[in-house]
Amino acid sequence: MKTRTRHRGKEGERRRPAKGRKPPGGKLLRTRVMRRVKKSQTKGKKEAERHPKRRKRSRIRRRREETVKGKKGRVKLFPFSSSSSSSEGDEDSLSEGEIAALKEQVEEKKKLIATLRNKPWRMKRRLVMLKEAQEFVEKFEGALGKGKGRKLYAYKVMMTKKLIKFKRDFENFKTACIPWERKIKEVESHFGSSVASYFIFLRWMYGLNLVLFGFMFGLVVLPEVLMGLPYGSIARKTVPRAEQDSAMDFSVLFDFGGYCKYSFLFYGYYNNERTIGLLQFRLPLSYLLVGVGIFGYSLMVVIRTMARNANEGGDGGDEGEFTFSWKMFTSWDYLIGNPETADNKYASITTSFKESIVDEQENQKDENIHLRRFLRVLANVMILCCLGGSGYLIYFVVKRSQEFAEMDNDDLSWFEKNEVEFVMSLLGLVCPPLFETIAELEDYHPRIALKWQLGRIFALFLGNLYTFLFALFDEVTAKLEREKSIKNATEWALNQYYANYSSFYNTTNVPPPDVHPSDVVRGPCWETGVGIEFVKLIVSDVQVSYLTILIGDFARAVIVRFLNYCWCWDLEAGFPSYGEFDISGNVLGLVFNQGMIWMGAFYAPGLVGLNVLRLLTSMYYQCWAVMACNVPHERVFKASRSNNFYMGLLLLVLFLSLLPVVYTIMTLPPSFDCGPFSGQEKMYDVVMETIDQDLPAFIGNIFTYATNPGLIMPAVLLMVLAIYYLNTVSKGYQQANLDLKRKMQMARDEEKNRRNNKDSTNEVMKDLEDLLPNKSLIPPPIEEEPPPVEKNSKSTKTKPGSAGKGVNLQKEVSLAAPNPRGPVTRAPGARGRPPGNPRGPQPGPGRSRGRGAPPRY
Amino acid sequence: MGNKQTIFTDEQLDAYQVRLVCVFYSRLHGRYHELAPHLVPMDYTNEPHCKLPLALIVNMPELKENPFRNRIVESFSEDGMGNLSFNEFVDMFSVLSEMAPRELKAIYAFKIYDFNVDNYLCKEDLEKTLNKLTKEELTPEEVQLVCEKAIEEADLDGDNKLSFADFENMITRAPDFLSTFHIRI
Repeated sequence: MKTRTRHRGKEGERRRPAKGRKPPGGKLLRTRVMRRVKKSQTKGKKEAERHPKRRKRSRIRRRREETVKGKKGRVKLFPFSSSSSSSEGDEDSLSEGEIAALKEQVEEKKKLIATLRNKPWRMKRRLVMLKEAQEFVEKFEGALGKGKGRKLYAYKVMMTKKLIKFKRDFENFKTACIPWERKIKEVESHFGSSVASYFIFLRWMYGLNLVLFGFMFGLVVLPEVLMGLPYGSIARKTVPRAEQDSAMDFSVLFDFGGYCKYSFLFYGYYNNERTIGLLQFRLPLSYLLVGVGIFGYSLMVVIRTMARNANEGGDGGDEGEFTFSWKMFTSWDYLIGNPETADNKYASITTSFKESIVDEQENQKDENIHLRRFLRVLANVMILCCLGGSGYLIYFVVKRSQEFAEMDNDDLSWFEKNEVEFVMSLLGLVCPPLFETIAELEDYHPRIALKWQLGRIFALFLGNLYTFLFALFDEVTAKLEREKSIKNATEWALNQYYANYSSFYNTTNVPPPDVHPSDVVRGPCWETGVGIEFVKLIVSDVQVSYLTILIGDFARAVIVRFLNYCWCWDLEAGFPSYGEFDISGNVLGLVFNQGMIWMGAFYAPGLVGLNVLRLLTSMYYQCWAVMACNVPHERVFKASRSNNFYMGLLLLVLFLSLLPVVYTIMTLPPSFDCGPFSGQEKMYDVVMETIDQDLPAFIGNIFTYATNPGLIMPAVLLMVLAIYYLNTVSKGYQQANLDLKRKMQMARDEEKNRRNNKDSTNEVMKDLEDLLPNKSLIPPPIEEEPPPVEKNSKSTKTKPGSAGKGVNLQKEVSLAAPNPRGPVTRAPGARGRPPGNPRGPQPGPGRSRGRGAPPRY
Repeated sequence: MGNKQTIFTDEQLDAYQVRLVCVFYSRLHGRYHELAPHLVPMDYTNEPHCKLPLALIVNMPELKENPFRNRIVESFSEDGMGNLSFNEFVDMFSVLSEMAPRELKAIYAFKIYDFNVDNYLCKEDLEKTLNKLTKEELTPEEVQLVCEKAIEEADLDGDNKLSFADFENMITRAPDFLSTFHIRI
């Protein structure tokens, strides 16, 4: 204890003088000047004559006089310059050695000036040292010549400053260019990074959709609109006569019938002409390539983002050794001068502290592991049962609806007609809260709980997707049947017409039948039907989600807020309360919405544009809603820094939505009278056609070889091998990473331990020293001795958890010679802190190796 | 450059070692002057001894929103009460400028966070810091937890409080310390 107080006194002594020092900025610059100027030293002392300062010049002169007087003074000043030969009386020819020595000394002093500011000396001492050093340097820098560099240097400093400022502005500009960054930061500061991660995901999705939109509109929609045939020129671009009366009705348009159905929004509008316009744009080919390219691009982007996020790493969680202290001491930004920003900063600091506290509490939790495991298994079993049950329910309902579809429509009640939708929405309503309740059993960290929740609801929604696709394929097959009959009928009619015409006019030159485009008999065009289904789904999804926010959040918040004045219980704290932001629901909504876009974009090119609009409005709307009507979660938790779990879900959905589209492209025949592929056997025939007709023959040959199974099999094999190899390599890296991390942790612990146990290791040294016959072998650091208190605790040998080599070694040594230091008769006062060791008071060796053990006083 | 001659003598500037940053100086002097025009003379050639009280300096827009503003001013004033002479004023902003080295910043950051001026960051200091940072939004238990964890993380010598060595060791590794611990003026 005694040592500590003494030490503290010393500390105080050392710190105090730091007040009221001279400005360091100036000094810093100064030293730089000198360093810069040093280069021009050899230019001679003439420069010094030109120096503006009289005072200095006189000093220089004095110095020079000293030099002139003789070697004595010089030798004293420059101990290395004794070899100087011909410098007598001639100032301009200092010898090399002299200059070198001078340089050395000047350099030393400069170093002193540079580091002076960091020396916790008393103010007076500091000033004196500074003055001495400065004078010395001024003298000799002057003597060695400088001055010319000054202006240049000043200019340079100005330029560096300007450059720094420019860089800063540029950074600011870059940040300002990130869309919605401020909005998201604001949300993050109040609701934590988990909610913000949803908005970041939304923004990313918006970017992706913008690119898809660019592809779709630039390469498909615009060429068709600009260069293709106008509306009303052919049958597929005209509303049929039967529908024309109601084609502009709002109810029809709202269902995407009427003019909407026969517009560029849908597949059927596009013409199958091989090339259009002046540019000879191959629209059908472009349509197919864009349709497939959207998938390719999305896959690439998702995977690349995942890889990058994985590099940035981090599962949230651990941030290194100083999470809390860094947060405490470096989180306030001293630049903040705006009250509003300050408020946000307070909120964000509080939130981030809460996040870390949740993590920490989670780490500290120690409970019955067996019970926990049992509960987790139980919860999973229950949820699996739920999922299985709802899966079976969906299967059952879909099967029943197929039976109903074969029956007469009039016999069915309203419920029976809408059974599938009803069951689906019921499941969507009941299951997520149920899962959440069951997940309480598991008692995971909220971040992990969110992942489980996402995965489970995802599995549930897959059922949704399944029913939807099932219904769609039923519809498509039905339409294909109808189309086949219509196609046969039209062909028969056309043949009839040709036969009649040629027999009537007795000519083989038959003009095409003159029918108005709106009267042409046409097939059902299943592609447009599918497109309309998707668009309708998206629109209704938007409506539902926006209404949910409006009612479930906004209306609720308004009621809770204002009815609270006249209600029997506290609405804000009690039952309804304000809503929380539903992260899992929103993320999954976004993911499935994107899946619909990917699937539907091929049949409805306008869908991508619609989605861009949706995401845009959704961003503003949800940001507003969350700030205005929601309260932060009870346990604000830190999201994992990489949004990779969301990305993984997205990738899965992307893959799932890829399947039906590729299936239709590869197997189903396109409609005969609508869309860019009409008249082809299969959609991909346009590619074959292009290869055959437009590309040189050898490319066709190459293509034939490339599609040869003999070539494909080895390629696939090679790919599998490559994947295997890369996987192994990455696993190796991961292992290495882990090892390094562990080593770092060990080194850190070691360091901490060493500092803590410095006394104990030295204790061993002491004991060794005492055992040795010649004590002088041990170097001076042996002076370090523990405070007397520690010695007592040590002799008892009851150090809990004191592991490590040092201590063990000590044990052995002391076994060999039990307490050999007993009779040491040194004055206890001398056993103080070592003079050169500023590392605070060192406690005894009893401190354990692990973190967090209480000190033993 | 013309401005400086009217305020400081050449000798003074020489002593300050600020020939290159005299612009900065005159600007700072301007700021200092406008805080209390009736107290601070425009002419600084004869080194007048005047000090501005804490209440005036704390109201500068640069410091106004800072939760530690009182501590900042106090730790730069020689008497510890927050009265700043012009020298100390300059000192404050040069330490908080971008040019100041990390070590120096660390020393002053330590002083700022050391509320009870005992040269250790003990638990009470941390609690005060935390309450200022979060506007006392955290519950006492949470504050307790955070303070304990912070000490546990940074305390190398196991005395349950942070000495400057501990603090420096921790702060020099902090990624945003330099970017957050500075004020532009």
